[in-house]
Amino acid sequence: MAIMYIMIGLSLSMSIGFVIAFIWSVKSGQHDDLTTPGMRILIDEKKTKNRNL
Amino acid sequence: MSTQSNPLEQFYYDNKAVRNFAIATIIWGIVGMLVGVIIATQLFEPSANFTQYGSFGRIRPLHTNAVIFAFVGNAIFAGVYYSLQRLLKARMFSDFLTGFHFWGWQAIIVAAAITLPLGITTSHEYAELEWPIDIAITLVWVAFGINMFGTILNRRERHLYVAIWFYIATFVTIAVLHLTNSMQLPISIFKSYYVYAGVQDALVQWWYGHNAVAFFLTTPFLGLMYYFLPKMANRPVYSYRLSILHFWALIFIYIWAGPHHLLYSSLPDWAQSLGVVFSIMLIAPSWGGMINGLLTLRGAWDQVRENTVLKFMVVGITTYGMATFEGPMLSLKNINAIAHFTDWIVAHVQVGALGWNGFLTFAILYWMIPRIFQTKLYSEKLLKSHFWIATIGIAFYAIPMYISGFTQGMMWKQFTAEGNLQYGNFLDTTLQLIPMHQMRAFGGTLYLIGAILMAINLFKTMAKGVLLANEPAEAPALITIEEKAPDAHWHRWIEKRPIQLLLASLIMILIGSLIELVPTFMIKSNVPTIAAVKPYSALELEGRDIYIREGCVSCHSQLVRPIRSETERYGEFSKSGEFVYDHPFLWGSKRTGPDLHREGGKYNNSWHYYHMREPSSMSPGSIMPGYDWLYEQTLNTSMTQKKLEAMKTLGVPYDDIQITNAVSDLNLQAKKIQTQMETEKIKIGADKEIIALIAYLQRLGTDINK
Repeated sequence: MAIMYIMIGLSLSMSIGFVIAFIWSVKSGQHDDLTTPGMRILIDEKKTKNRNL
Repeated sequence: MSTQSNPLEQFYYDNKAVRNFAIATIIWGIVGMLVGVIIATQLFEPSANFTQYGSFGRIRPLHTNAVIFAFVGNAIFAGVYYSLQRLLKARMFSDFLTGFHFWGWQAIIVAAAITLPLGITTSHEYAELEWPIDIAITLVWVAFGINMFGTILNRRERHLYVAIWFYIATFVTIAVLHLTNSMQLPISIFKSYYVYAGVQDALVQWWYGHNAVAFFLTTPFLGLMYYFLPKMANRPVYSYRLSILHFWALIFIYIWAGPHHLLYSSLPDWAQSLGVVFSIMLIAPSWGGMINGLLTLRGAWDQVRENTVLKFMVVGITTYGMATFEGPMLSLKNINAIAHFTDWIVAHVQVGALGWNGFLTFAILYWMIPRIFQTKLYSEKLLKSHFWIATIGIAFYAIPMYISGFTQGMMWKQFTAEGNLQYGNFLDTTLQLIPMHQMRAFGGTLYLIGAILMAINLFKTMAKGVLLANEPAEAPALITIEEKAPDAHWHRWIEKRPIQLLLASLIMILIGSLIELVPTFMIKSNVPTIAAVKPYSALELEGRDIYIREGCVSCHSQLVRPIRSETERYGEFSKSGEFVYDHPFLWGSKRTGPDLHREGGKYNNSWHYYHMREPSSMSPGSIMPGYDWLYEQTLNTSMTQKKLEAMKTLGVPYDDIQITNAVSDLNLQAKKIQTQMETEKIKIGADKEIIALIAYLQRLGTDINK
């Protein structure tokens, strides 16, 4: 069952990749503000002049 | 904000790409659903199998590939191209890559639509396309990735909104899955063998199969939900914090759950249990997404009453919640023992596909197309009709299939007081399900009608409006790190981008190690553990390739589980050592017909001869189609020697004499079968394909009795 090593190795390296990506995202301040990003996407920057939010 | 000091930059969103992907979504969606209705009909009306190119086994993968990769795939790209540009305040990185991505993907779909009915298939579910198309998929996927990461690099918004995280996870994981599950040794341009065999091949396939559901049908759609739902309801997502939390939890847990597709198989028990544990844990992050979606609409339910697009979203998210609760339950061994191989799994999948993927796609198209065409939707009435017809369609599809699944699972297991199988004839259970299958086809037809209404509505909307191909927008540039240090060493550029570097290196390492290690590893580890198990003869191998070509695996499993009702019905349960020469494995995932692992010697040659030509002549009422072309077509033996050589490369112990004499051995064995059948007054040429198939069927599962 050598495939187990490959499958577990692959899954583990992906998991580790996810963890590193997570640490990067936290350290680089991606998750510092967990309130306004949800609201910001509602603001349409294009030609509409009535920014109703 | 620090960016405020930068001057505003003018740029344009590419809406043409969005429109192209949207049109492709609509067209392929209708094609895929139409094929779905045809195969649903074939399951109660065998005469709906038109010619060899339209028989169930060949067009069932056409349906699954069309709806997953053509319909849902194009929908993902349409939604991602629309939302990514706006979330990052940047145009897609490269117009060339955008075009390459679009046309490349459509070309792949056309190639699939041609090759699958021709019987050119690898037999791995949802990965049936042969190796040249696999390479094309890799190229197009990489183009998509470069285009996406390039846009992320050029962004004018520092924060990566949660949807983008979901898109990144989709890209990276699908790349790894696709490469791992495409390790094949080509024999010709249309034929290859997987380097993995038997139980190992099964594990790779279902690791792929499960994660394809996770990272092609789930994560991209959660990303789309997080962009489009707030936009549609004009209110922020219920909890941004929860969205981040469940994202990381979801992707981390999902990749470990694959073995739940192989419960009670010859996969080691600990691996099965690992899969079950992670599957149960998946409820939490999955429901995190569903709850976050539904609660985004808190206080806005009055809008849902009025707004049909939101209705689509609500039903879609609700079915996601249902399917992701059901999934973990199905991965419990005792439930799986009943549900596996039955229509229950079909119901489970279709609730997710029709509800979650379908309804979210419809909602996004209805919302997006009038916007990029600067107009209003052509008809609200058609929109409402679509919603109700499709919703009723799902109910008509799912409810009969659940009933069918329970019925099937229970009947297979029913013993009489004397301890015999109550429904010993498999056909008893098949015939019981026919009314349910008829209702399912009706439900599918309703769903298709809904999609056609949508096509009319959206094409009329496009005709009414004018496409804003390049939508003007403006935003200040980010203060980038390079600007602070303009003459830094080139390496600094990479150092400042840990995430891109990480992804690139991860992918490089994976590709490298896969190509280097996997084949050698796999060949050495296929050690025969049962001495009596021998490689297939040349004729049987050719017969096996016909079995693969005709898609027999769509309806027949080759895996007897160690459960009394199965050993009683089929014989000795399957051992992993019996599959070491099976490139690819053919365990199947559905028993529309009986298991075939112990088929060898169960009936005589002439039974198979008559049965394959007209199944109902041997099993009255059978829904299996006839395979009359196998009686006319001559077996192509020009590749036989090459096939044996390829198998030898993959570790199957053929000796040189067997390889040089492959064709003469094959003719000898065929002649023997022909002569035997002649004594029963059957006249057939020894060179016909049916002879090879009979030889293979008669060999199945017999080695352990030697």
